[in-house]
Amino acid sequence: MGIDSQDITDTLPLHHEEQVPAITADALPIEIQTVLLSVNGTHYTLSLDTRVTLLDALRDYLGLLGTKKGCDHGQCGACTVMLNGERINSCLTLAVAHEGDSITTIEGLSRNEKLHPIQSAFIARDAFQCGSCTSGQIVSALSLLCEGHTGSDAEIREWMSGNLCRCGAYANIAAVIHDMVKGEGNATV
Amino acid sequence: MQPFSYLRAADVETAVHTIATHSAAQFLAGGTNLLDLMKLGVEKPDYLIDISRLPLTGVEEYPEYIRVGALMRNSNLASHALIQENYPVLTEAILAGASPQLRNMATVGGNLMQRTRCSYFTDTAAPCNKRSPGSGCSAIGGHNRNHAILGTSKQCIATHPSDMAVALAALDAMLLIDGPHGKRSVSLMDFYLIPGETPEKETALESGELIVGIELPKTTFAAKSLYLKIRDRASYSFALVSVAAVLEVEDGRIQTARIALGGVATKPWRAYEAEALLQGAVPTSELFATAAAAATNTAVPQTQNGFKVVLTQRAIIRALSTLGERA
Repeated sequence: MGIDSQDITDTLPLHHEEQVPAITADALPIEIQTVLLSVNGTHYTLSLDTRVTLLDALRDYLGLLGTKKGCDHGQCGACTVMLNGERINSCLTLAVAHEGDSITTIEGLSRNEKLHPIQSAFIARDAFQCGSCTSGQIVSALSLLCEGHTGSDAEIREWMSGNLCRCGAYANIAAVIHDMVKGEGNATV
Repeated sequence: MQPFSYLRAADVETAVHTIATHSAAQFLAGGTNLLDLMKLGVEKPDYLIDISRLPLTGVEEYPEYIRVGALMRNSNLASHALIQENYPVLTEAILAGASPQLRNMATVGGNLMQRTRCSYFTDTAAPCNKRSPGSGCSAIGGHNRNHAILGTSKQCIATHPSDMAVALAALDAMLLIDGPHGKRSVSLMDFYLIPGETPEKETALESGELIVGIELPKTTFAAKSLYLKIRDRASYSFALVSVAAVLEVEDGRIQTARIALGGVATKPWRAYEAEALLQGAVPTSELFATAAAAATNTAVPQTQNGFKVVLTQRAIIRALSTLGERA
């Protein structure tokens, strides 16, 4: 959907063209609601258009650009974050629905400027090329380790299937998870 | 996406009352399908009633059945000990669907209410009788490799996408519904409608009604079950064909058989004729082949999905053979 009027975009707390409604005589009013989110241990109070997804709230309102928007339809896993300790697709959930929820993004994994062991393992194993899917892969892999779906290579691959990698780094991503299972690193958030 | 009002419902009563007073309102649970369809412009609610925090999340055991709250997450249901032990077909079906992330979001009720993934249904530029009644079916004569061969009509050939519902069909699940006219229950097989002349009407749910739970009958046979899913890639893909099967053998004869099909029908499908052939018979590979043929004898293949007839038969034979070897 194209945008013709700069004035319209200037009045909206939105950065994404597809979320700007068509301007018609019977257009519904935009509803703004306030929501308290806990992201990586910090509390934020945001006033958001009800249509803003959790993914867009993280990226466009909190400036946490580590979480990526791939397909925006729950098919690629690039937007994976942890919600109250469980991995979800942040593109398919509304920010206003998460009052009081605790969200962990890729930015929340490091401690005191030190990478989380799984982040170091991704580097050590060269488990990415373009990096577009990597944040989602790391958050998903860490969740998988916490869930314990690591009994075999097949099980790891099945439980990582919600994260697509167009560069095809799957073998090295699986190797990272095997490394973590073997004890090279601590699989906690 | 058009703007909408958002309300977090405090209880079922408020949710049901609120939806009854807003004609374009919809319930929001996990949101994995609804929000996607809103982005695509297929769904245009002006009011979302968020029911995701209602206390409908437990698994409770009763003498005759196990009751599951409609807002239980798919992942929690699949991993629940009572389900894994008594209804393995249900755990397997849920884990065969979507991705871990989506299963952590999606609810039981939302899974049941999800819409078809027919590419014409989700493309607002294409004619589709389900999305826009009377506009025509683009899939008939179009790209229909993934479409249904059972329960179709000249108005619609879209498949029902759920894996979980196929398992529930095999288990004779009942759906518990609350609404403006009180509580009622309906069997899953009666809940889903074939498209006929009204493909836009998919379920027996009436205006303002909400699925609040499901009941799984306790049986001797439900534990002797499995879910077999055939798809284009190894994981994270909708079924080309799936089979939820139950086979209970006693004294060398089939005591109970259930065959439900996914990926090939316009609703979760029960192969009743095939089940009748199996009932009381001695399990042999010839019998399984005969039953599998019976399961597809009303199939109406389209231009690109004729392969599903044979694939369905083979999947049924494999599912029954696997269960037969365990018996």
